[in-house]
Amino acid sequence: MAIIETKNLTYVYPGASKPSISDVSIKIEKGEFVLITGPSGCGKTTLCRCFNGLVPHFYQGELKGEISVAGIDTLKHHTYEMAKHVGLVFQNPENQLFALSIEKDVAFGLENLGLPRDEMRKKVDWALNQTGIYDLRERSPHEISGGQQQRVAIAAVLAMEPEIIVLDEPTSFLDPLSAEKIFEVIYGLNKQQGITVVLVEHRLDLTAKYTNHLIVMNEGKVRFDGNPREILSAEETRLIGVGIPKATLLYQMLKKEGLNLSNTTPLSSEELAGELLEALKSK
Amino acid sequence: MSVFDGLKFRKVYSPIHDLDPRIKFFYVISIFVVAILFSQIIPLLFLFVLQIPFVLLARVQKQWLRSLRGAAFLAGLIFAINVATSYFTTGYVITASAIENAAALTLRFVVLVESFSVFFLTTSPDHLGLALEESRVPYEFAFAFTTAVRFVPVLAEEAQTIMDAQKARGLELEKGSLLKRIRNYVPVLIPLIVSAIRRSLELAEAMESRAWGATKKRTNLYLLKLHRGDYALLLITVGILVVSIYVRLFVPVPMISRFI
Amino acid sequence: MIEAQDVYFSYANKVEALKGISLTIKDGEFVAIMGQNGAGKSTLVKHFNGLLKPTIGTILIDGVETTKTSVATLARNVGFVFQNPDHQLFSETVEDEIAFALKNFGFESEAIEKRITWALNLLALTQYRKTSPFLLSGGERKRVALASVLAWDPQTLILDEPTIGQDHEQKEKLRQFVLQMQTQKKTVVMVTHDVEFVAECDPRVILMKEGRVMADGIGKEILTDPSLLKVSSIVLPQIAQIFSKLSLLGLPKDVIDIYEAKQILLNAKESKQHT
Repeated sequence: MAIIETKNLTYVYPGASKPSISDVSIKIEKGEFVLITGPSGCGKTTLCRCFNGLVPHFYQGELKGEISVAGIDTLKHHTYEMAKHVGLVFQNPENQLFALSIEKDVAFGLENLGLPRDEMRKKVDWALNQTGIYDLRERSPHEISGGQQQRVAIAAVLAMEPEIIVLDEPTSFLDPLSAEKIFEVIYGLNKQQGITVVLVEHRLDLTAKYTNHLIVMNEGKVRFDGNPREILSAEETRLIGVGIPKATLLYQMLKKEGLNLSNTTPLSSEELAGELLEALKSK
Repeated sequence: MSVFDGLKFRKVYSPIHDLDPRIKFFYVISIFVVAILFSQIIPLLFLFVLQIPFVLLARVQKQWLRSLRGAAFLAGLIFAINVATSYFTTGYVITASAIENAAALTLRFVVLVESFSVFFLTTSPDHLGLALEESRVPYEFAFAFTTAVRFVPVLAEEAQTIMDAQKARGLELEKGSLLKRIRNYVPVLIPLIVSAIRRSLELAEAMESRAWGATKKRTNLYLLKLHRGDYALLLITVGILVVSIYVRLFVPVPMISRFI
Repeated sequence: MIEAQDVYFSYANKVEALKGISLTIKDGEFVAIMGQNGAGKSTLVKHFNGLLKPTIGTILIDGVETTKTSVATLARNVGFVFQNPDHQLFSETVEDEIAFALKNFGFESEAIEKRITWALNLLALTQYRKTSPFLLSGGERKRVALASVLAWDPQTLILDEPTIGQDHEQKEKLRQFVLQMQTQKKTVVMVTHDVEFVAECDPRVILMKEGRVMADGIGKEILTDPSLLKVSSIVLPQIAQIFSKLSLLGLPKDVIDIYEAKQILLNAKESKQHT
């Protein structure tokens, strides 16, 4: 059974004139690294919040359709119950840290769940190590960089050992180098811990290479759902306004001019470079 | 930004800083009680001097003196009012005892300021928050406190950025009549408030997503344990209380003015 | 014209943010100031409209020392668009928001009307004239903030991290907007760490690190210089990344434009076929 499954999910924020998401039906399998993208306002942020129950419990309004996350119907369970299965990391690192020391922040969720102290200690230390910030554990959130803050947010969610981690544009405020580090951490969690990852991102040049399940949304609906290599080659994707990785665009341009590149659409500069070396070395 | 500097706890390491905040608070309250018990100058003077070793041990002399200087105006006011009252009520005469009484009351105020000042100068917000969490105060209050402390520097920076942004659009905050200057702060206050509201929403989302409200029996990563120093302070405080109550009940305290 | 003469700047808490900056930005130039967080980029540009004054050294705007004049006067010619539009928006309508600066600068009501209409048109916001800025989307609010600065038509435009949180379309529109400013001979100074965006715009690049200027010159060269990359923590633009892995083929390494890349690769194939 899929770890996240939705059928005809539709949601209107209270007071809004039209739905933020309509008729969204997707299936995400356990252990996948899913990338969700689309222009601003396409509904990806709303969809994220459906996965842990913020929609509809926090935002009110009516959520129509069916949704099941980690086997649980989010409509019938509190957000705090979902927290044990789905972690949500938000865009702005500053507004996710509210304790006076890093490790207290990472422990926050565990404290809320009422775990005994030594168990919390173990999980906090583990999460800090997984995200590479163990040395920062006694610092205050204001003293560390945005990239480090975001890693704290990931650790805080990780400590509760969820099966799924959803990240809503986690690198928006970060510079490219910090962004890459975050993606590496997330990819590591997916590959080594088997955590299902759902990543919402604009920067496909940095992230397309991690996934083989891409979902493109536009105006509240799912437009494409499947293999990123096919989706990112399609003209319509570009027309929607998705930022196709330059490696993919260059590949298409060269292929059109007759360069004998393979039929595998590259998603990263490494892949394209590999193909170019092949094509230009041979006759 | 200097206003907020006072709230920024200084990470100095001293035996006083390490003491359990609950015991420290008990000490401060006890000083408060003792100060109220006496209205004569000798015991109050004694109380004032008693706290100086704590200040020195905590190495916060400079800041402590600054807080006393801040209280000087109010202290002077208290003294003046008391002298004036006795002047008018005892037939336009200022007696030595009246002055001594006024001085005693002023000293009482100063003793209160100095003890609270030492408390806040030697107790980090983290420690305070922890103490609140472990006391019977509902968790929401402790959380509100630590979150507020956490975001004070953030809000201060934001206020500065907003002022810069509006100044860059020609807003002149220093010019004009008092009324104009107050109105000029509207373009600074509104973005600040809107931003604070947005921030609260994002914080709430993050809290909900981390199981806020899952159980009433919240646990704590940290535990405040009492050490030798805490027991020592506890003993000293109880000692002071006992001695003070005894003196108050059984020992007549002379007034200095009697010897003049 | 913006001139910095051996500028040092320290914040109140004694942190030295600028350590001997000397540079000149001529009218009509397009400059991207890049570097890690904490390099001093924002600190530097805040000197250009007098928000900050140098601790040592001088900043001259059109020949006038910034210490000898007010921020309001300097702002008349140097417009600053901050990163977060919510730090500026406070009015009841978009119209009022744009009028704010115009009133501060003493424009006549007729001129104000005209300029509001012009600015709204330029940024496709005419339909929102009477709307409350708080009801608009993030991208729209960014445009309102930009419009409110453009309205008074400053010669220089400073943009602080204009691409943060923008999707692909919005960045493309921003790029075209900057080009438009260029054709109008406006000076554009952009503080950014968005390497891809800079690669697409190809401006003059000033690379900063720890309060100093590490490099100042042609974007193409700076963004693909491996020694600079190591020291300043910027990343190679995508196209340059591809070429960095093709060194075996003897291709140039300083390519950042996709069309140039296509041409070079096709030529390489051609020459291969002729050998």
